[in-house]
Amino acid sequence: MGVIASDRDLERNILTTTVDHIVAWARKSSLWPAQFGLACCAIEMMCAAASRFDIARFGSELFRASPRQSDLMIVAGRVSQKMAPVVRHIYDQMLEPKWVIAMGDCASTGGLYNNYAVVQGVDKIIPVDVYVAGCPPRPEALLDGLRLLQEQVARGPSGERRSGGRAS
Amino acid sequence: MDQTPILDRLRPHVPWGLTTPKEERGRAILLTTPGVLLEVLQAARTHLPLDSLVDLTCWDRLPDAPRFEVVYLLGQAGGADRLTVKVQVDGDPPRLPTATGIYPGAAWPEREVYDMFGVVFDGHPDLRRILMPDDWEGHPLRRDFPLTEEAVEFKGHTPKVPSEIIPFFRPHSPSGSGGDPPPGSG
Amino acid sequence: MSGLTRETLTLNMGPQHPSTHGVLRLILELEGEIVRTCTPVIGYLHTGIEKEMETRTYLQNVTLVDRIEYVAAYMEEMAFYLPVERLMGVEVPPRARCIRVLMCELNRIASHLLYLGTGCLDLNLSSVFMYCFADRERFLDLSEMVSGQRMMPGYFRAGGVAADLPEEFFPAARAFLDDLPRRVDEYERLLDDNLIWRERTEGVAVLGRDDAIALSATGPVLRGSGVAHDVRKVLPYAGYDEFEFDVPVRAEGDAYARYRVRMEEMRQSRKIALQALERLPDGPVLTGDRKVALPPRAELARSMEAVIHQFKLVSEGMHPPAGDSYVATESARGEKGYFIVSDGSNRPARVHVRAPSFYNLQTLPVMVANRPLSDVVVAVASIDIILGDVDR
Repeated sequence: MGVIASDRDLERNILTTTVDHIVAWARKSSLWPAQFGLACCAIEMMCAAASRFDIARFGSELFRASPRQSDLMIVAGRVSQKMAPVVRHIYDQMLEPKWVIAMGDCASTGGLYNNYAVVQGVDKIIPVDVYVAGCPPRPEALLDGLRLLQEQVARGPSGERRSGGRAS
Repeated sequence: MDQTPILDRLRPHVPWGLTTPKEERGRAILLTTPGVLLEVLQAARTHLPLDSLVDLTCWDRLPDAPRFEVVYLLGQAGGADRLTVKVQVDGDPPRLPTATGIYPGAAWPEREVYDMFGVVFDGHPDLRRILMPDDWEGHPLRRDFPLTEEAVEFKGHTPKVPSEIIPFFRPHSPSGSGGDPPPGSG
Repeated sequence: MSGLTRETLTLNMGPQHPSTHGVLRLILELEGEIVRTCTPVIGYLHTGIEKEMETRTYLQNVTLVDRIEYVAAYMEEMAFYLPVERLMGVEVPPRARCIRVLMCELNRIASHLLYLGTGCLDLNLSSVFMYCFADRERFLDLSEMVSGQRMMPGYFRAGGVAADLPEEFFPAARAFLDDLPRRVDEYERLLDDNLIWRERTEGVAVLGRDDAIALSATGPVLRGSGVAHDVRKVLPYAGYDEFEFDVPVRAEGDAYARYRVRMEEMRQSRKIALQALERLPDGPVLTGDRKVALPPRAELARSMEAVIHQFKLVSEGMHPPAGDSYVATESARGEKGYFIVSDGSNRPARVHVRAPSFYNLQTLPVMVANRPLSDVVVAVASIDIILGDVDR
């Protein structure tokens, strides 16, 4: 009885893992970012969405206007003190599972600006999965960060965030 | 471009004794006092005519007194005339009459000067902070407001912040090199 | 029945919004779908750049300056270094002046392409967005050839530019400029007779001539309202008086007028850029004044004095004499100028940016008063603001 139960359990476990893989593959191939361009990095993000670099071929076909319909937040640009509660608010409005890419030096660490007005890294407010360095990062760098995130999404079980962010 | 004839054209229309005309590298500059500021601006608008406020800004002259110098740059839409009107104020808070009655375009720059320096413009329709959050305390661009830098976190060591690393050199004689050694912190 | 009241609906648009071109927040009082009042709330991108510039030397400040109006970075650097050069009394060699004008005009074209692309994206004409960004990529390639960076060049220096134009720049620039009329014609073919575009922009977001002047608007916003004011013509700087070009002006003051002004400005910028390429004089690209500009690298191996100058300029920087200076320039969005106050030390005492988008945004409440909500999007797009410029 115990052996049959554990066999069935084993089968059930294998099936769960396979579904996990499929779900993870589907998730990583259709990460829809929320439109969250703040400053200069937003222009490079737009260039990444345009025809030359084409983020759509990686699955990010549509930049959703509403955070409730998106699963990726690319914080592109410097986060000022006035904007910080708004960033948190928008992040909270996103539904699980959600991921964050901190694009550019200002979103990663405060970047060029170390003063009263700029939050030194958006990871002071929200958890970040991938940091993309650059000022501004080239669209290819953003696509590389997206690829890293996709690998991370494909690896982990659905909805669980690995501790610590990967750097691109 | 030499703007100095503007001062001559303005002379009969303003209380000239209360103003100090200056010329710097072709720019026409008029130093005035807070009491006659509006009169000067109105005269410039009506008689010259400088119908556009190009820029309104302020700078902190600490430790000199009076502490704040508010600079109005008046211009002509479609023309080349430019006049810089400067007024120096002091006080806690420093007060000036608003220019929005003469130049409606001064609404936002005056709010910015209030936000950044604390200069109160009497009569402004909506004087509140414009760039900083509404509940911010302090006026960031004042000299005594710290830059509020955050040092990189290390274990057991606090490195210098950027403004201390970038050396500060006081003005020295134009003819040679040398001068005061930089102070300990910028 | 007497309990019925009428109220306006307060609608908050932004700061995260697809059509606000950045982090702009608009508080709209709506009566049905008509906007009664519009209050822009800005400051969501305030970076303290002006205060940050007071802690850096004039050479280091160019990196901060690039990031203010990030799509028009060459024009920004021009506007920053002109007052510095005036304070230092330094002359820019003719080749450098020509290169500066060339890069600024190419940048103006790219900036207007960005306006067109994002403006059309707001009205859901996304193919124009794709075309504009594809054309912009060609300019970004040119920028990368010249300065090494796509967007934040850091190319200008006090007294000239950092390095000469590379060989591969000239055929690429000529190809870009030769293709441009065809591209601009194609945009006009797509948009001028497009019913959606005409209906959404004609008569929409009207700004009267007197309002535009009173609210200190400049640039295409002012020229679209009938005022022939272009700083390159009325207060020529950096050699613009040697170039032949026209300044487009339209009288209607609506979003369509501003669109036509910017399209024509792209053609005129191409004209100036071609003239600059034709008459690019030979010579150095950086002044020889060693109190201001770094010596060329080759000289460092030979001359001890060059090494000392290099050391002093990099570690200490230049010392403009005490005083202030303001030079007006024409950026893609309007008049841009830097009010720089020097106290004689190696850091500026105050740098104030006369931001065209800051002043132009004041006209928004006037443009959308008593208009339907859908006009707000068109109005914001037609003013063409850059929030980095508004908030600094």
